[in-house]
Amino acid sequence: MPIEFEPPKPIVQTQLVLKTVADEMMRSRSRYFDEHEHEIPWDYIEFMHSAMRAMGGNGLAPRENGKKSEEGEKRPPIGYQMLAAQIEALCWGDVGMYHCLPGGGLGAAAVFAAGTPEQKEKFLARFNEEKPTFAAMSITEAGAGSDNSAIRTRAVMDETTHEWVLNGEKIFVTGGDKSFTEYEKLGEGFIVVWATIDPTAGRKGMRGFVVEGGTPGVKITRLEQKMGIRVSDTAAISLVDARVPFDHILGSATVEKDTSGFKGAMATFDATRPLVAASGVGVARAALEFLKEKLAENGVQIRYGLPRQKLTSIERDVIDMDIMLKSAWLMVVKAVWMADNKKENVLEASMSKVKAGDVCTKITQKVVEILGPLGYSREFLAEKWFRDAKITDIYEGTGQINRLVVARQILGYSGKELR
Amino acid sequence: MYSFEPTEEQQMLMDAVGKYAANDLRPAAREAEERGELLHKLLSRGWEIGLLQASIPEAYGGFGERSAVTGVLAIEEMAFGDLAGTLAVLTPSLFATPILLAGSEEQKQEYLQKVIEREWSPFTAALIEYAFDFDPNDLKTTAALQGEEYVLNGEKAFVPFAKDAEYILVYANLDGQTQGFIVSKESTGLMVSDEREKLMSLNALPLYRVHLEDVRVPVSQRLGGPEGHDFEPILVSMRVATAAAAVGVANAAFEYSKNYAREREAFGVKIAQKQAIAFMLAEMRTEIEASRLLAWEAAWKLDQGKEDAFTEAYLAAMGAADMAMMVTDRAVQILGGHGYIREHPVEMWMRNGRGFAMFIGLAIV
Ligand SMILES: Cc1cc2nc3c(=O)[nH]c(=O)nc-3n(C[C@H](O)[C@H](O)[C@H](O)COP(=O)(O)OP(=O)(O)OC[C@H]3O[C@@H](n4cnc5c(N)ncnc54)[C@H](O)[C@@H]3O)c2cc1C
Repeated sequence: MPIEFEPPKPIVQTQLVLKTVADEMMRSRSRYFDEHEHEIPWDYIEFMHSAMRAMGGNGLAPRENGKKSEEGEKRPPIGYQMLAAQIEALCWGDVGMYHCLPGGGLGAAAVFAAGTPEQKEKFLARFNEEKPTFAAMSITEAGAGSDNSAIRTRAVMDETTHEWVLNGEKIFVTGGDKSFTEYEKLGEGFIVVWATIDPTAGRKGMRGFVVEGGTPGVKITRLEQKMGIRVSDTAAISLVDARVPFDHILGSATVEKDTSGFKGAMATFDATRPLVAASGVGVARAALEFLKEKLAENGVQIRYGLPRQKLTSIERDVIDMDIMLKSAWLMVVKAVWMADNKKENVLEASMSKVKAGDVCTKITQKVVEILGPLGYSREFLAEKWFRDAKITDIYEGTGQINRLVVARQILGYSGKELR
Repeated sequence: MYSFEPTEEQQMLMDAVGKYAANDLRPAAREAEERGELLHKLLSRGWEIGLLQASIPEAYGGFGERSAVTGVLAIEEMAFGDLAGTLAVLTPSLFATPILLAGSEEQKQEYLQKVIEREWSPFTAALIEYAFDFDPNDLKTTAALQGEEYVLNGEKAFVPFAKDAEYILVYANLDGQTQGFIVSKESTGLMVSDEREKLMSLNALPLYRVHLEDVRVPVSQRLGGPEGHDFEPILVSMRVATAAAAVGVANAAFEYSKNYAREREAFGVKIAQKQAIAFMLAEMRTEIEASRLLAWEAAWKLDQGKEDAFTEAYLAAMGAADMAMMVTDRAVQILGGHGYIREHPVEMWMRNGRGFAMFIGLAIV
């Protein structure tokens, strides 16, 4: 197909629906949950779950691609494009609330990327059941963030019971509480915990383990207090002799020469980086649109088409932000379009994350600045978006880590050659 | 649907342009910049690729249909070789494309074939004016109707090949609207300066100041005929082309400095292995991609006749100008002192880079 920029119809329709959801179910609650950290937005969760079930959806997961249309001709696959558009639209509503969307999240993504067909069947079916259900992914430790191959959490096989025994401390698990704690209103969730089966093997020894909610020996020790996305719980977890059935290991149980375990973790990120980028674009758009609204209310027009020399400082800023926002979104679209079309997109995925991380922090910061007291006041959401946006440049690979990925790609360097 | 794949035909064209850029334009660029002269055979070789010819329908002597997307793809490829060379090869488009877009039927019949049936010939256009706040939508050169003629007064700057051009498409302010006028070289009151413009770059491209003093143009020579035309599609096409050229130059600077950084050693490693350099390169690549996609989208919207093509092209051109400055500056930085020496092309690309903020009018898709 030739170069084209027409958003697919199903995506446009979804965006319209989600705008209403974002306005009515998310933004209306944004301030309350920002100020009541660690309260769970039950009505939102239940509403979203039943809405998604009613639509026949399986949470936010890429659909089977390339379905035939009525005329029988094959439509180009748009699963990831749809997902990116959905996330962008929801995060226009509220990034924290988006993380409270029931479903498999990063946990399911890890199973999807590194699990066997049987494991996928076993672990992924639950998200379409009656109760809203969560899953999380836990790789980060206090001593292992960007350098996640340095994790210390250990998994040892107990030959007598044929179980894995996990020991370690994990931090920063998004949705860890909702995935693990057995709340009445929720279905049984799980956390994919990354641990090493051989500390001498480095990356080669890393494996994901599906740890079911409520597993004895596992404790949520803390919920973090954060700058933004406060409605999204960020859990610290301790694992003390936690026992996990043998077949809950993602990937092979023995250390081979290859690094498939680590690659499994990384594959999760390749798929999700443009999606995180999409979330950043959503907040940035929220902030920029709000700014334009306020400017219009105050009779300030943006005169597109004038040379820089004739623009006011505010006009220049807004125009620069338009450029940033539009191009960041196009980079997301290209990266997910490549994923849909099975083209390798490591470079594009990371570039979209680099760009969106930059753009959403810059835009939200600028918007607060231009709005002055209105921007800084908690009466409006601009200051909250400023706080929410910053996380985009931190999780799932900081801006620096994604720059490394981009640089290695363009230079043809390995991780050893460019650290 | 979204798609980011050029068609097979576009790919073939890009390959041809790419070869020309690499084998002809690039090797000649430095010498041309130093001597202030492009070899004529370079121009005819570029002309033979047939970019303009392929954008003009058979009815007017061409063999295709105009596509801004194709134009953007081709211009980026060509500017990767050399900017001055690209603008020179494409100069006849400055005259022909607006006629194709906005000309009356008689004008199309009269001029299009004339331009494309020959060897490369200097048909040109004059938009830019010598003012710090030059604004294509608020020109200081004026046109006024007197009987059956328009009378043009003012001064135009940076007019490529004006000295030898048979016809110049002059843009002037007619009651607040920018309108084009086809002005013959022979017109009384039209004076092309003897001296070429001397700019920070583009030395190889002969640019002239053009004075218009009571230049009389028959009503029939107003672009679009007596009723005139809408300037917007022309301006949009210029902006999109400028954005594409900026991406091409930036990409040249990026590739060159990237390859240099992989070879150059300092403190026992390749400088590309230092994050300070590697991160610059990663950001350069990222911003190039960002501008490229904006330019593509603007071009696509232009082809589709979308209403927001105007804003989109404006944003694409603005963004690309900033991007090109940033990327070309860093390319010089990555080469260190060697980047400052004219033996390497990066300093020239950096001088090019600053120009995109004011080059609107020197290229068109
Ligand atoms: C709200 C929130 C939610 C999160 N959710 C999850 C989750 O669900 N699951 C999970 O596993 N993790 C999660 N994380 C963890 C997150 O992915 C890490 O915080 C992130 O990867 C950075 O690790 P770190 O905090 O240890 O920083 P560090 O790795 O210590 O980095 C500190 C600084 O050094 C820079 N740096 C590090 N290495 C390099 C290098 N090689 N070159 C140049 N600069 C470098 C970084 O960019 C950063 O600026 C979450 C974090 C937060 C704050």
